[in-house]
Amino acid sequence: AICSPQNYPLYIRSVPTENELKFHYTVHTSLDVVDEKISAMGKALVDQRELYLGLLYPTEDYKVYGYVTNSKVKFVMVVDSSNTALRDNEIRSMFRKLHNSYTDIMCNPFYNPGDRIHSRAFDSMVNSMMMQVC
Amino acid sequence: PGSSASSDPIWSGHSPPPHQENWVSFADTPPTSALLAMHPASVQDQTTVRTVASATTTNEIRRQSSSYDDPWKITDEQRQYYVNQFKTIQPDLNGFIPGSAAKEFFTKSKLPILELSHIWELSDFDKDGALTLDEFCAAFHLVVARKNGYDLPEKLPESLMPKLIDLEDSTEVGEQTGEVGYSSSPAEAPPSKSPSMPSLNQTWPELNQSSEQWETFSERSSSSQTLTQFDSNIAPADPDTAIVHPVPIRMTPSKIHMQEMELKRTGSDHANPTSPLLVKPSDLSEENKMSSSVKFTAGNTVTDGYSSSDSYASDPEQIGSTVTRQRSHSGTSPDNAAPPPPPPRPHPSHSRSSSLDMNRSFSVTPGQQQAGVVAYPPAVPPRPQPSQGAGPHVHRPVDADGLIAHTSTSPQQIPEQPNFADFSQFEAFAVSGVNKEEEDEIETHSEVLQVEKPADSASSLRVAKADGRVEEKAPTNVPTTAGKGTTPLAPPPKPIRRRLKSEDELRPEAEEHTQKTGVIAAVLASQPSIPRSVGKDKKAIQASIRRNKETNTVLARLNSELQQQLKDVLEERISLEVQLEQLRPFSHL
Repeated sequence: AICSPQNYPLYIRSVPTENELKFHYTVHTSLDVVDEKISAMGKALVDQRELYLGLLYPTEDYKVYGYVTNSKVKFVMVVDSSNTALRDNEIRSMFRKLHNSYTDIMCNPFYNPGDRIHSRAFDSMVNSMMMQVC
Repeated sequence: PGSSASSDPIWSGHSPPPHQENWVSFADTPPTSALLAMHPASVQDQTTVRTVASATTTNEIRRQSSSYDDPWKITDEQRQYYVNQFKTIQPDLNGFIPGSAAKEFFTKSKLPILELSHIWELSDFDKDGALTLDEFCAAFHLVVARKNGYDLPEKLPESLMPKLIDLEDSTEVGEQTGEVGYSSSPAEAPPSKSPSMPSLNQTWPELNQSSEQWETFSERSSSSQTLTQFDSNIAPADPDTAIVHPVPIRMTPSKIHMQEMELKRTGSDHANPTSPLLVKPSDLSEENKMSSSVKFTAGNTVTDGYSSSDSYASDPEQIGSTVTRQRSHSGTSPDNAAPPPPPPRPHPSHSRSSSLDMNRSFSVTPGQQQAGVVAYPPAVPPRPQPSQGAGPHVHRPVDADGLIAHTSTSPQQIPEQPNFADFSQFEAFAVSGVNKEEEDEIETHSEVLQVEKPADSASSLRVAKADGRVEEKAPTNVPTTAGKGTTPLAPPPKPIRRRLKSEDELRPEAEEHTQKTGVIAAVLASQPSIPRSVGKDKKAIQASIRRNKETNTVLARLNSELQQQLKDVLEERISLEVQLEQLRPFSHL
């Protein structure tokens, strides 16, 4: 998910699984943690990984990763903890790709910052990325 | 409208001909009407007119060029129209259209923002937020196609790739894209795009897509190729840049360089080391020569790229390669020697092999080089002189006078060719151990001569690895002596005598040589400083390259002159040898 500085989602994408709404809710809750971190550290605003939840709920094990750009655009990624193959480097690379794609979208003069992201190229990129993980 | 409906089925990715036909049929229907139907409200709009005009031209062109398989191909008329539109926004055809201007322009086409955004994503290939001429044409073409009912593809068709500077390229690629250009799976696009990638004409500042990676790869490869070519072509340049110290020296005669190098290493002046070496051929020169020669002998090992490079450089010289040739070798060797990194290594081995072959050939044929003596590069003659001069203590009863005279003159030459002297002395030194037959007096000379003598394994080794000059000396001396002198004495002594005689002969030329060598030394001296000061400035490197080239030409001229002198000296040598032979019977008696 990509959230704007005003914390409204610009883009939300989930692997087709059930409980998609749960992921949305998780993303929303993670925004609070993100804001916490942003306000905490005055310097480095780019946190490649600022949120890591081992176990939110006993019944739920997933990890939420956060990433903030210099313009306070937040990327939130929720991954299944059972996917132990995911390493921190991979998460970072995924965020990097997300950031690059987001930058490409911003370069489009037809895109107004704050709009939902409808770019097909972006969608394809995100899809491919998610397919890699899942 | 019906046109769009008819075009949609076509757009399902059928074979190109149907598309073409559909396109043509579409064109048959009043294109203007279709366009107008799509944009009823834009009649008054300038863009509508533009679009209509473009569509009209497009349709007409389509009819005419029914052979095209790719609807995404931009025809000449279309392209011209696009270019004109581009000029209205950006007069400079090589410039960019900023995103805002492009946005306004394409917004006039009344396409939904979402589609315009998608078109932009497709056409802005380098993702820089601005459109180049090709990108603009691609975007325009997509707008036109969309207006005509064609669905936008997921990936940019190859024919619309920004690299379509030449329509020829697009036409060539169009056939491929004909099958891919449609809204087909992206998987097809990359494979077809990849072949066309190498034909990129533009640079891609940002490459995020996989296809872009192909381009980058080609770019990188090309750039690397250019770099390699640069290296190979301008070998000296690299040494200059990479090697500050060794490079300049290598450019010039290796012997001189060697001497200079040694001098520098020892921290002594150019003149001083040479003179002491000359004066004391036994110790300093020998030591230096030993070190240098050792390096040369061990030249194979790139322990000291400097020395090894010198050896390599000398080898070419020995072989009589032109100065440029030497330069090439030295250029390669400096590369090897100067830059510690691996890249130079291949050069050393490469040059080494070549030089070794030459050396071996030389060493093998020393005895047989009588005829080939003259053929040796001119550089050899002058050098032997210094070495000969370096051996002042070498004196023969017969040639004592001459030797002395030579020695006196040779010192002059020695400074000019310290390296050479070093080699000769070294060789003589090494050979002395081998050739004990030689007279003590002639040790120095014999050493040198021994070096010349291919028979000695040590000498041959030295020759193989030592400077070419030495070999040149040896061959020249040996052949002359062997051919001319009597054979009663051991071969080593003969060469020595020859050398002495040659010294006499060369004496008159020594001055000339000294002058020339002085020039060379001066040039050489300046060269080492050049690369240092240049540092890693490319321009400076090029300047140093030019200087080196000039030096090379100067050296080439010098070589030719020395060759002439060598010939004269050889003639004199022959006469002297005849005299010696005449005198020998007396001594035996």
